[in-house]
Amino acid sequence: MRPRIGVLAVQGAVSEHEAALADVGARTTRVRLPGELDGLDGLVIPGGESTTFGLVAGRSGLLGALHERIAGGLPVFGTCAGLIMLASRIDGDGDQALIGGMDIVVRRNAFGRQLASFEADVDVPVLGDPPMRGIFIRAPWVEQVGPSVEVLAEHAGHIVAARDRTRIVCAFHPELTGDRRLHRLFVDGIRGATASADEDLKGGIRVGSQ
Amino acid sequence: MSDNAGANGATGTDAVKAGLARMLKGGVIMDVVDAEQAKIAEEAGACAVMALERIPSEIRRDGGVARMSDPEMIIGIQEAVSIPVMAKCRIGHHVEAQVLQTLEVDYIDESEVLTPADEASHVDKRRFTIPFVCGATNLGEALRRISEGAAMIRTKGEAGTGNVVEAVRHMKTITQGIRRVASATSDERFAIAKEMAAPLDLVEWVGEHGRLPVVNFSAGGIATPADAALMMYLGCEGVFVGSGIFMSEDPPARARAIVEATTHWDDPEVVARVSRGLREAMPGLEIAQIAAEGGLLQTRGW
Repeated sequence: MRPRIGVLAVQGAVSEHEAALADVGARTTRVRLPGELDGLDGLVIPGGESTTFGLVAGRSGLLGALHERIAGGLPVFGTCAGLIMLASRIDGDGDQALIGGMDIVVRRNAFGRQLASFEADVDVPVLGDPPMRGIFIRAPWVEQVGPSVEVLAEHAGHIVAARDRTRIVCAFHPELTGDRRLHRLFVDGIRGATASADEDLKGGIRVGSQ
Repeated sequence: MSDNAGANGATGTDAVKAGLARMLKGGVIMDVVDAEQAKIAEEAGACAVMALERIPSEIRRDGGVARMSDPEMIIGIQEAVSIPVMAKCRIGHHVEAQVLQTLEVDYIDESEVLTPADEASHVDKRRFTIPFVCGATNLGEALRRISEGAAMIRTKGEAGTGNVVEAVRHMKTITQGIRRVASATSDERFAIAKEMAAPLDLVEWVGEHGRLPVVNFSAGGIATPADAALMMYLGCEGVFVGSGIFMSEDPPARARAIVEATTHWDDPEVVARVSRGLREAMPGLEIAQIAAEGGLLQTRGW
């Protein structure tokens, strides 16, 4: 199965995610308007400016449509600004428009401005060895996670990657390196979820073979 | 190298510098002169702001020497918005760049819009932790800036004119240069590198990949949503808008419209919708007249 993954393309590192998704066997399509969410198996929200995402997607009605689809179970992978958009709340900053979907509280620009942006090895136990090379750019971190959320990685004492079933977020930029393991984890999760849904269908009702 | 061991990891690496520009792609970077304009830009959906004391059309009108902005003003803008804040230093002015780095601006624009401080050399940008964006009018100039450490390029256009013709010329000149290098044989690339006065290794990289090694935005003369969409159509990865917003009659509406048109550049229905009722754009200037008066900014930089 080659899942069809939308990449939110309001602004940001879109083509980098498209290349990474292609590498792990997914088809990609750009999402800028609400109608472009139809028929997707998953969605990636890239790095970029989260305030721009919220404003531009809000004006076209895309923000509400994203909220609905993700609340309805659409698998989603958010990096950096994408992590922020998926948070239930931003610590210390009230009025920014978010999509939500993950039971996490985030802090924007938590590691500082660009002068403090850095790269470092990040151990992601679920991916095994070696560690990922994390590129952190004006990066956020996760302050709190809810009971359904599994912490995937910490760096310098802060949560920088997390998962809730088929929803994955990370504060760094795997799309800027050649390491595709997080993208693969996301896409394999979609394949697994689709496969088990197919099984459920076969078990419950007869499916026509169209 | 500028790589440093920070508290959390290595700062100022090439990946970290060029990476921020990747996060700005598809966005609009707006010139602002105070915190109030910065808020308008942020609320319109700008992906970053450029803090400067006078926007290019005012610099053009006032004449004299244009320098780095007052740090007080830059700090005021940093406190007003959460998006990245960029600021300009004069070409070759190492110490203005150091001051901007100390202020923790997110990107430094070594800009021809300010009066050059050095008529032979640009800043050695590899020695800084903060990334630089530089203007270019052709591929050779872009690659010279990248070899000096620029982590982002913008086509120069002709700032402060409200006339997009030079931005188009520079964007097309760069993409034509890339096509030429990409189709050249390996032996021909030596001659091209010499002719373009660009480092051979970068010429070879462009030949192999068919693009610049860093993100390329367009700047200089963009005044309407359609102008911004045109530059995206021509292959740039985002736009800088200087005088085009705050010299127009309705800056918040125009700023929003230019952001929308940059995201939806290939959807004429959106560009048409957002272009409606924006009131007057900034007045435009004829390039030939500026050139005759010796007022071109794009010829600054070497």
